[in-house]
Amino acid sequence: MLTILFDGIAYGMLLFVLACGLAVTLGLMNFVNLAHGAFAMAGGYVTAVLMNRYGVPFLLTLPLAFAVPAVIGLVLERTLYKQLYARSHLDQVLFSIGLVFMAVAAVDYTMGSQQQMIQIPTWLQGRVEILGIQVGLYRSFIIAVCGVLVVVLQYILTQTRFGSRLRAAVDDPRVARGLGINVSVIFAATFAVGSGLAGLGGALGAEILGLDPTFPLKFMIYFLIVVTVGGTTSITGPFLASLILGIADVAGKYYVPSLGAFVIYTLMIVVLVLRPQGLFARAR
Amino acid sequence: MLRRTLLSAAGAAAAMLALSGAAMAQDTLKIGLILPMTGPFASTGRQIEAAAKLYMQQKGDTVAGKKIQLIVKDDTGTADVTKRLAQELIVNDKIAVMAGFGLTPLALAPAPLATQAKVPEVVMAAATSTITEASPFIVRTSFTLPQATVPMADWAAQNGIKKVATLVSDYGPGIDAEKAFTAAFTAKGGQVENLRVPLANPDFSPFLQKVADAKPDALFVFVPSGIGSQFMKQFVERGLDKSGIKLIGPGDVTDDDLLNNMGDVALGAITTQHYSAAHDSPENKAFVEAFKKANNGMRPNFMAVGGYDGMHLIYEGLKKTNGEGGQALVDAMKGMSWTSPRGPVSIDPQTRDIVQNIYVRKVERKDGELYNVEFATIPNVKDPVKAAKSN
Repeated sequence: MLTILFDGIAYGMLLFVLACGLAVTLGLMNFVNLAHGAFAMAGGYVTAVLMNRYGVPFLLTLPLAFAVPAVIGLVLERTLYKQLYARSHLDQVLFSIGLVFMAVAAVDYTMGSQQQMIQIPTWLQGRVEILGIQVGLYRSFIIAVCGVLVVVLQYILTQTRFGSRLRAAVDDPRVARGLGINVSVIFAATFAVGSGLAGLGGALGAEILGLDPTFPLKFMIYFLIVVTVGGTTSITGPFLASLILGIADVAGKYYVPSLGAFVIYTLMIVVLVLRPQGLFARAR
Repeated sequence: MLRRTLLSAAGAAAAMLALSGAAMAQDTLKIGLILPMTGPFASTGRQIEAAAKLYMQQKGDTVAGKKIQLIVKDDTGTADVTKRLAQELIVNDKIAVMAGFGLTPLALAPAPLATQAKVPEVVMAAATSTITEASPFIVRTSFTLPQATVPMADWAAQNGIKKVATLVSDYGPGIDAEKAFTAAFTAKGGQVENLRVPLANPDFSPFLQKVADAKPDALFVFVPSGIGSQFMKQFVERGLDKSGIKLIGPGDVTDDDLLNNMGDVALGAITTQHYSAAHDSPENKAFVEAFKKANNGMRPNFMAVGGYDGMHLIYEGLKKTNGEGGQALVDAMKGMSWTSPRGPVSIDPQTRDIVQNIYVRKVERKDGELYNVEFATIPNVKDPVKAAKSN
């Protein structure tokens, strides 16, 4: 029972790292970026290539799995995304889904369509028993990393000057500009961090979720569920939503395996019927 | 009068065209190889294409005085594309044989065309039992899933395994494997608990926890080969290997193409299948060496051997008919037997399906790489589903 809870939390945490970048761009910048998964995939491939071809240790690849997608994100934001901030959501969806297909084809062409496999270090393999609960080491590692991320992100957004500038820039870009805030620099930085977080999620998830060129399409639905259920105005919303979804998914598949695949979607429908603005968002 | 002259002239012209077409066809024989070369099943296509090209490179491209031309087409793993390509190849390119077919629906789609046009269809990969019943022109050189699965049940029953949990992906081949294993194993007095995992399932943890709680003697698993490594990792991460649960299944999980990258988590898995790159025979050693040399060190898997044997069957069939295709070629293929890299094989004259040895293998480290090492052989296994029907 507690093992199931633990697995659910770990799975939820992983969903959160993958989706929180999207919560940032979609929620704070009000931009529908379906290509989010492509950045996650980029991070995963950075880790896989560094480990398998150059023998870089797993932990050292993680900062790069953050940095490379962040730089790609920055470049794309400056050149392409910037043009679409003022456009309708439909244009943004069409644009970003196009990016997804291009990313899938590009990775397929350069890396091949097979699953990429990584070997996590031995001290992260296996499991230990704590207070009678079987705890997987790698999953504990994911929980620890994500826990730190949540605290740091929440702190930056609510307590720092950058956070308040960002919120101001989103609420009313014109006034923010008038007050001397450099809106485009803030947007670019935020977008880069969001992409980087996705990349980190992809790298951490490669071990559990697998990694192949269809990754952005396979997991797009999960990102979107997390963000819609959680609401997009804060970090805590998607965080709690990821936890609930992760636990519900794992527990559902354990207790009613025949219906297990539907639990996460049923939950989403129920939440959206009751609270269309998301579980933890204030009604607008 | 004028009309009649024109008509006869047209008729003569048509006859001449047909004649010249026939003359052309006598010089070259075209083989249409339809494979998924892109998309999620591209590794199947890659392996088969490489094997077919290797065979032609080794045996030359002339058979019964005719030049063999291989036309490779990519169906992206989509059945309606396969059918369209097959039609184009038959109508425009006038192929003598079509071959390839990576998945069951891809092999079934062109079956009506094979029957109508009397073009033999050599299935080199797809493994659902019923495929050869879809057209009298289908001949198979891969395997059937029950053919690899039923010997697993027999082996488990004979080796003190009493209680088995099955875990399969919830799609056609997965359900086939589950049914074949369950039926064969319960008939031997074993106990089976069935679990099905959604095909798009990112995390196996809840299912594996259920297996851990059920404490079976062995876990029978069938998942598409790409997902196999993820499954293996989570199986070991959960400590199921240490709690004494054996991992068994048909060989798809320990696919030679991916096995070495899976790492030590795969060690000790016991599988039954018709081919391992570590098969100990001079034919196989030569095959593996030549294949690796021609393909940048890539290891051939069971798909490659299906492609290699498929080409062999077409070559030998054409030699026997002296270059004639159609019904004569299918008849020539029936009952043919030869020594393949996988061991002795033959084509069952009744079902046009392959009869071959099934090997019980264990994943071990050999010369620094992971291989499926064979330790027991069940000779001349026919497809059990069709064998049961004919009785």
